[in-house]
Amino acid sequence: MNKENIIQKLPYTKPFLFVDEIIEIDDIHIKGAYTFLQDEYFYKGHFKDNPITPGVILTECMAQIGMACFGIYLLKGEWNQAKNGIAITSSDMNFYKPVYPTEKVVVIAEKEYFRFNKLKCKVAMYNSEDILVAKGIVSGMTFIKNDE
Amino acid sequence: MNKEELLSKLKAIITPYVQNEEGLKNLNIHTDFIKDLEINSANLVDVVLDVEDEFDIEIDNESMEKMLTVEASIAIIESKLQEK
Repeated sequence: MNKENIIQKLPYTKPFLFVDEIIEIDDIHIKGAYTFLQDEYFYKGHFKDNPITPGVILTECMAQIGMACFGIYLLKGEWNQAKNGIAITSSDMNFYKPVYPTEKVVVIAEKEYFRFNKLKCKVAMYNSEDILVAKGIVSGMTFIKNDE
Repeated sequence: MNKEELLSKLKAIITPYVQNEEGLKNLNIHTDFIKDLEINSANLVDVVLDVEDEFDIEIDNESMEKMLTVEASIAIIESKLQEK
């Protein structure tokens, strides 16, 4: 599992894919980046005439890198996009700085545990000046999809 | 450790994850974590990890999948404690 093909295995697509690249990955941590586009769909409404990236989208970006990408890596080939599903199960986040259109953010996640298909990580997001934007804890699970 | 002590330790572990308070009040050996206490699957993992810490035992995947009721959990904890 290399850094490039993890992104291809993600179950997201535009306009809801918030990972451009994985910079570092091993069994204990992941570092990835995303650059918010000028015309992301949510800037039209958040806020009126004053585009700022919503906190839920920052959380999503951190979860896509720190949970989904990292989890696929940790599953070591057991991940099958047709068969497996993923879900965020909890997040506890603090926000420190706004993120504007065209800003690049770097997300670092450190594994607290990965057991019984649940991944829990400490995550942090930094802007291009390396200033902390958001920090917290996220958890997610992978499961076998059924078609009930 | 007798069954009562074990049950009271288990109750303390599951309490923070319980969504159905009524189910917790009526806790007994037949209580089902998901049906009666409305613990979600992510928090079931936390219950198992907390059980490992509390009793200093290791729960494998197979045992974890069985730990869905108070009765089954106590049986697994007791057998793991005996193996120590």
